[in-house]
Amino acid sequence: MPLNRNQIAWRIAQEIEDGSYVNLGIGMPELVANYIPENREIIFHSENGILGMGPQPEKSEEDGDLINAGKKPVTLLTGGSYFNHTDSFAMVRGGHIDLCVLGAFQISKNGDLANWATLDNSKPPGVGGAMDLAVGAKNIFVMTEHCTKDGTPKIMEECSYPLTGQGVVNTIFTDLAVIDITSEGLKVREKINEISFMELQNKTGAPLIESDIKELSPPVL
Amino acid sequence: MRDKVVQVLEIKMIDKRVNTFEEALQGIADSSTVLLGGFGQAGSPVELIEALIDQGATNLTVVSNNAGEGEFGLAALMKAGRIRKVICSYPRSSGSFIFEELYESGKIELEIVPQGTLSERMRAAGAGIGGFFTPTSAGTLLSQDKEVRQIDGKDYVFEKPLKADVALIKAHTADRWGNLTYNKSARNFGPAMAMAADLTIAQVQEITNLGEIDPEHVVTPGIFVNRVLEVKLEN
Repeated sequence: MPLNRNQIAWRIAQEIEDGSYVNLGIGMPELVANYIPENREIIFHSENGILGMGPQPEKSEEDGDLINAGKKPVTLLTGGSYFNHTDSFAMVRGGHIDLCVLGAFQISKNGDLANWATLDNSKPPGVGGAMDLAVGAKNIFVMTEHCTKDGTPKIMEECSYPLTGQGVVNTIFTDLAVIDITSEGLKVREKINEISFMELQNKTGAPLIESDIKELSPPVL
Repeated sequence: MRDKVVQVLEIKMIDKRVNTFEEALQGIADSSTVLLGGFGQAGSPVELIEALIDQGATNLTVVSNNAGEGEFGLAALMKAGRIRKVICSYPRSSGSFIFEELYESGKIELEIVPQGTLSERMRAAGAGIGGFFTPTSAGTLLSQDKEVRQIDGKDYVFEKPLKADVALIKAHTADRWGNLTYNKSARNFGPAMAMAADLTIAQVQEITNLGEIDPEHVVTPGIFVNRVLEVKLEN
C-alpha cells in the first residue's frame, strides 16, 4: 500500500536528529511534528518569529498573537523565544536551521524545487518564506505524493513550473519511496514492497539508481 | 527657582502620545508608501488601518506580508479603493477574496517579494544600507532583471532598500518616548517597519509611564517611533 500522509510524516520524523533546529513548511509537512520519536529534543522554528514552537493548544487556550507560519494557533514550549522577522530570516538564510521540510509541485533530478507558482497566471502567486528556506536551511527534505492526482510524475528531468530554488533538495520522501539526490543522480534508498523498481521508475520522470534498496514500511497510522 | 526648572523641563518634554485616530494619522498624503505590520492578523494594526479610510489618503502603495482577509483592516482599505499597489510575500490567504477580485480585474498592482527579503529590505532602509546581496531567489523568476553576483562560488541577488513614508504597526506597550514592547509572535515585521518609515505610528494595548518598561525589554527603541495611540482591545 502506498503510504498515507501520516506515514510519510512518520518516516521523515525518524530521520530528524536529536538536537536539530527544524522548520516545517505550511500544510502537509506540519504533520511531521506529530511523529518525533520520544527521547529526541527537537526545536521547531516558525518563520514568523518563534523558536521552541509547541503543539496546537486547546480551543480555550488559543491566542491570536501566537500563531505558526500557516496562521494556525500554536503554543510555546518552556525555553522558547520570540523575535522579529529580520532575525528570523537571519536564522534561515544564515544556515542556522538544520532542516526544513517542504511540499513540492515538482522536483528535478538535480534537486531544483518548484513549490510556489504554477503556469496559471489568472491567480496571484505567493512565495512567502519558501525561497529563503530553500536556499538557507542546511538540509531540505521534500514531502510529497510521488505523482500528481492524474498520475503525472512530480520528480522529473527539469521542472516546468517556476523554481523556488536551484539544486536545493537533499532527499525526497513520497508515498512510494525515499530518494536521495546525489551527484550521481536519484538514488532510491527505500521503497514499498508492493511495487517493483521498474514500476517505481515508470512513475518517475527521471532515471533512478537502484542500489541496496531497503523496504519502506511505516506502522499503521 | 525649583518651579522654574520644572517649567523648562515641561517645555522640552518629548511626548509621542496622541489621543485620537485623527491625530495619529494626520499628514498622511495621497500616493504615500505605507508599511503595514502584521503576519496574518497577528500584529496587524486593524484599527489604525480602518481609521485611514476616514482619513482619506488614496492611491497608496502598501507593503504588507499578506493582502488582507475578510472585509476588515487591509481588506477594507482595499475595498474602499485606496490602494494602487501591494508589495507582499504571500497575498493568497484563505479569505483574501477582496484582493483576489481586485487583482483578477486588474485594479490593483502586485509585487511579490520573498518574506526574508521583504523584512531585510526594510531593515536596510532603516539602517542606512544601500542594498544587499542575498542568495534568496537566485535562479528564479523573482531575480529576473536584478543584478546577480557570484560571491565565493555562490549566486547572490542584489536587493535595494525599501523605504516608506509611513509605517502603521501594532505593539503591546508604549511609553511617551515611543519605546515599544510586543506580544508573542505579533512582533513579526513591527521592528523592521518602525525603522524604515519617515513617520511611524504605533497602536498599542497600553501606554505606561516612562520608566515602567524595563530598559532590557525594550524591543523597538523610541527613536524609531513618532506617534503612539492607545487602542484597548479585548483578547
